[in-house]
Amino acid sequence: MIEVRSLVKRYGSHLAVDHLDFTVEDGQIFGFLGPNGAGKSTTMNIMTGYMGATEGDVLLDGHSITDEPEPVKRSIGYLPEQPPLYTDMTVEEYLLFAAALKKVPRGQRGEQVDQVMEMTGTFSVRGRLIRNLSKGYKQRVGLRQALLGFPKVLILDEPTVGLDPKQILEIRTLVRELSQKHTVILSSHILSEIQEMCDHLLIIHHGKKVAAGAPDQLERELAGPPALELTLRGGAEEAIRVLGSLSGCTALTPQPCREEGCCALRLEQAPGADLREAVFTRCAQEGLPLLELRRNAITLEDLFLQLTADDAQQTPPEEEPAPDVPEEADGETEEDLP
Amino acid sequence: MIAIYKRELSSYFNSMIGYVFIAALVCFTGIYFMAYNLYNGLPYFSYSLMSLMNILMFTVPILTMKSMAEERRGRTDQLLLTAPVPLWAVVLGKYLAMVTVLLIPVILCAFCPLIIAANGEAHLLSDYASLLAFFLMGCVFLAIGLFISSLTESQIIAAVGTFAVLLLLFLWEDLIGFLPSALSNVLSAFSFRTVFYNFAQYQVFDVSGLILYVSLSALFVFLTIQTLLRRRWN
Repeated sequence: MIEVRSLVKRYGSHLAVDHLDFTVEDGQIFGFLGPNGAGKSTTMNIMTGYMGATEGDVLLDGHSITDEPEPVKRSIGYLPEQPPLYTDMTVEEYLLFAAALKKVPRGQRGEQVDQVMEMTGTFSVRGRLIRNLSKGYKQRVGLRQALLGFPKVLILDEPTVGLDPKQILEIRTLVRELSQKHTVILSSHILSEIQEMCDHLLIIHHGKKVAAGAPDQLERELAGPPALELTLRGGAEEAIRVLGSLSGCTALTPQPCREEGCCALRLEQAPGADLREAVFTRCAQEGLPLLELRRNAITLEDLFLQLTADDAQQTPPEEEPAPDVPEEADGETEEDLP
Repeated sequence: MIAIYKRELSSYFNSMIGYVFIAALVCFTGIYFMAYNLYNGLPYFSYSLMSLMNILMFTVPILTMKSMAEERRGRTDQLLLTAPVPLWAVVLGKYLAMVTVLLIPVILCAFCPLIIAANGEAHLLSDYASLLAFFLMGCVFLAIGLFISSLTESQIIAAVGTFAVLLLLFLWEDLIGFLPSALSNVLSAFSFRTVFYNFAQYQVFDVSGLILYVSLSALFVFLTIQTLLRRRWN
């Protein structure tokens, strides 16, 4: 179990992570979601011991990464956003080196390297220089590196960024397989990806937790009861008079309608209510032709956009202030790394 | 630490850097040895080493510039710093790899006094003592280069910065002459050109000088570790 306790990371006056608290249970696939620059990478860097937190702590099975870095680091495999590859080494040399770094006993290194190569399905490149590999292969080499030593926890920072659709599917399948033996924490700014893979997700924005829970649960709890969208023949006033008295209807608002002689309405329902049948019956009784009835569920996508929508339009996205921060070559990745 | 040491050492020989460094030193050793000892018949190899010191100042930055800077630029430091390896082991592994590369031309230099001895009068004790001082001085240079490389992400800045600092240390005695005597007396303790000249020119085995070299090396390795620690917490 990983506990993150009121984690704070401050770069000068900029607060990258703001009192973040969460727990990852064993065996979970835990998704970390947020727009670029939300503090995902910073949090992951702190969880893996690459960076120190300004305040707070990360505990793995009760052991603190700050106080006992070595045993904790041994139980964590980390794939940073940009895979940490030595481009002047061949894949095999690199993996043997990484195995040695992770204190895999000498006799088992070769065997483990073979095993992780098999898992990621690419024996063919083992003798090639990393420099000459394509982005997808590099990513996979980075992932293998994280797997070496078979750590209890795998932390993958945007594992699918920059890959082609086929490679993305492969990585997803792999992550699912891995989750049978490992706890997997992965981050993404793409919601559909996380929704598909994770049992639990945490949405952060400006370093703060904005929502957490299982994907369906989040959808249910945060989005509230779905609204109904109706199109009726006739005037809006009459329709509001007829339907406004339905019990469970909390609001009725006219919507723009393109069809002539018709009106469109949005009907908000009380929590737990489902008024579709009642609307149909009432309209039939009152002789009000119902042309369209649609339940408009807020998707997790909308929710994500709502939760993370803010002053983005007014203020430019916050840049990392630290002079140490290197410019990202990849325009897509504006994450905060040290 | 051993894994890092081995990787670092092999990376010097996977790229041209290790070869260029060794070739430059060996080539100039040959030139000075030929000019001073063979052509002019000087019996002291240490005189050649005094000239070689300048070459060492030019070549050390080539060796040290990438040691830390490249890790940061390529983000490979994330692998090293999230591995279950203490920070001092990472730094020491890298430092010892560079020291090993320096050791190769030094060992090759060790044949020169024997060549002198084969052809006439030689001063083996003083020559080998000078070679030891030369090697330890090189270790100080490497530690300074390692430290400066840890301050930046750019290899060029690391190389130029290291060279500037080494040049400053080379000119140390001349420069502190401009300062008030109270200050220059204190600062002259760090004059490590004098230490090397004591060995090479005056054939004096300067124990305190060797202690200065070893402690300066340790100091800069320590400062490198502190730089990395500080960055982790900031």
